[in-house]
Amino acid sequence: MLSAQNLALERGGTRVVDSLSATLVPGQITAIVGPNGAGKSSLLLGLAGLLAPAQGRVTLEDAALASLHPRTRAQAIGYLPQTPDIAWDVAVESLVALGRLPWRDRGTAAVEAALAALALEPLRRRPVSQLSGGERARVLLARVLAGQPRWILADEPLAALDLAHQLSLIAHLRACARLGQGVVVVVHDLGIAMNHADRVLALKGGQLIADGPPQTALAPEVIAQGWGVSARWLGQPGAQALVAGQS
Amino acid sequence: MNRASIVFASLLALILPLSLLAGRVWIVPDVTANGWLILAELRLPRAVLAIIIGAGLGAAGAAMQGYLRNPLADPGLFGIAPMAALGAVASFWLGAFIPPAFAAWSLPLLALAGAGLGMALLALIAGRTTSDAAAGAGGGIALFTLAGLMLASLAGALTALAITLAPNPFALSEIVLWLNGALTDRSWREVWLAGPLVAAGIAVLMLTARSLDALTLGEDAARSMGLNPARLLLLLVVGIGLTVGAGVAVAGIIGFVGLVVPHLVRPLTDRLPSSLIGPSALAGACLVLAADSIVRILPLVTELRLGIALSLIGAPFFLWLLLRMRKGLL
Repeated sequence: MLSAQNLALERGGTRVVDSLSATLVPGQITAIVGPNGAGKSSLLLGLAGLLAPAQGRVTLEDAALASLHPRTRAQAIGYLPQTPDIAWDVAVESLVALGRLPWRDRGTAAVEAALAALALEPLRRRPVSQLSGGERARVLLARVLAGQPRWILADEPLAALDLAHQLSLIAHLRACARLGQGVVVVVHDLGIAMNHADRVLALKGGQLIADGPPQTALAPEVIAQGWGVSARWLGQPGAQALVAGQS
Repeated sequence: MNRASIVFASLLALILPLSLLAGRVWIVPDVTANGWLILAELRLPRAVLAIIIGAGLGAAGAAMQGYLRNPLADPGLFGIAPMAALGAVASFWLGAFIPPAFAAWSLPLLALAGAGLGMALLALIAGRTTSDAAAGAGGGIALFTLAGLMLASLAGALTALAITLAPNPFALSEIVLWLNGALTDRSWREVWLAGPLVAAGIAVLMLTARSLDALTLGEDAARSMGLNPARLLLLLVVGIGLTVGAGVAVAGIIGFVGLVVPHLVRPLTDRLPSSLIGPSALAGACLVLAADSIVRILPLVTELRLGIALSLIGAPFFLWLLLRMRKGLL
């Protein structure tokens, strides 16, 4: 279990997340949503142990993240930053193999499994500069999977993708959750959160304004409070679409 | 050993004998008068020194580019070389106060002291910037690099000041000549001074390999994979300080090797920083040894300074590199 207790985070002296408590369970997809500047990415950094709490703490199976050795933490929590730029034009398989750095082994089996899970075997020798946006996103996720973390924390992994690639990446994340990994994603698209998440944390101004299954945590009242938009959901559960207009 | 190591090690094995035999006088051992003596006491130490210095600069350049995630980075960005040069220039000033017994050692030792001072200052700054970054202030690497640049320009200004206030015209020309690095008339003494320091520096830089690989995906991703930014920065400061500082101490400032060499190596590797450090050391050794052999055989009245020669090659290469990057070919 990955748990934030009365967590406050600061960046450059500004408080970006305040008195937030939530306990995340593995085997689920948890979506973090909120308007711009709500503190979603900071919360994800805090949960990944990459931003030290200004107050409160983050625990992994009852051990404070801050007290863990960075390598122990890295073996347990994989973090996928928002659209990371790749400094060197390496081949796909070299990039995916970087995911083994926390283990300091070659982990060939894990790297092969990650390549296979994301259908990257045909691209293994291709330089990353020659990948499309969708392929790139899969490669970056495969890097995280190669580390076989118990938790996958991804910051807007779907942002640059078209519809088909979004759905295929979500399917991969769902497969991870089914295998018992905890999946936490920051998403902008509330429809994706509604239809694909098991649990939604809605943030506004660094505070948690809703936490629960998407049907309740993304209810029209919450959207009105968080985004200042009057909206309603259309369609059947699992295939819902948001219709919104200025209130 | 990867492909790039084999290529550059073979190249080095090819250049070394040629470099030993080539010069103002083409030596044929056993035939040339004093041939073996010239080889053992003049050309061999000079060649070994070229290999040591080139290896240090090449490895430092590879590590620096990996750290800054930028193929245009140069070990000079840390300001170690200008600090070492400042120490060396100080020795021209302090000449009168140094006991004669140490006179021969004063320049390299003061240059090393300058490099050491630079390393200490950088380590202090590093402690500040990495702790700020962990607290979410951001900009760790960029901030540190700017600090290094400030150190470089401060040392450069102080060196210029020392030159303009030179005690006498002889000292002035000595300083200026020395600053444009060269390997002329070096002996085993310099080899014994620089060799161990550069070797230790390269060994320290090797320790950064995994961390530099992690930085391929940016600082946050690297930290999520267990990177310890403070440890990495400290290793880099020590490694680059030793390789560059020791090089300047015995040969003056030799530019562009650290910038250019990783580019020669990168296409032969998987392009990850860890695959570059060792081969870049070998390639740097090749480049400096070859350049030093060429300046030695050029039919000029006074030998072209090695530092100048390398910059003459390096500057156009840098320009070409920039143009290629604009076209997105790198």
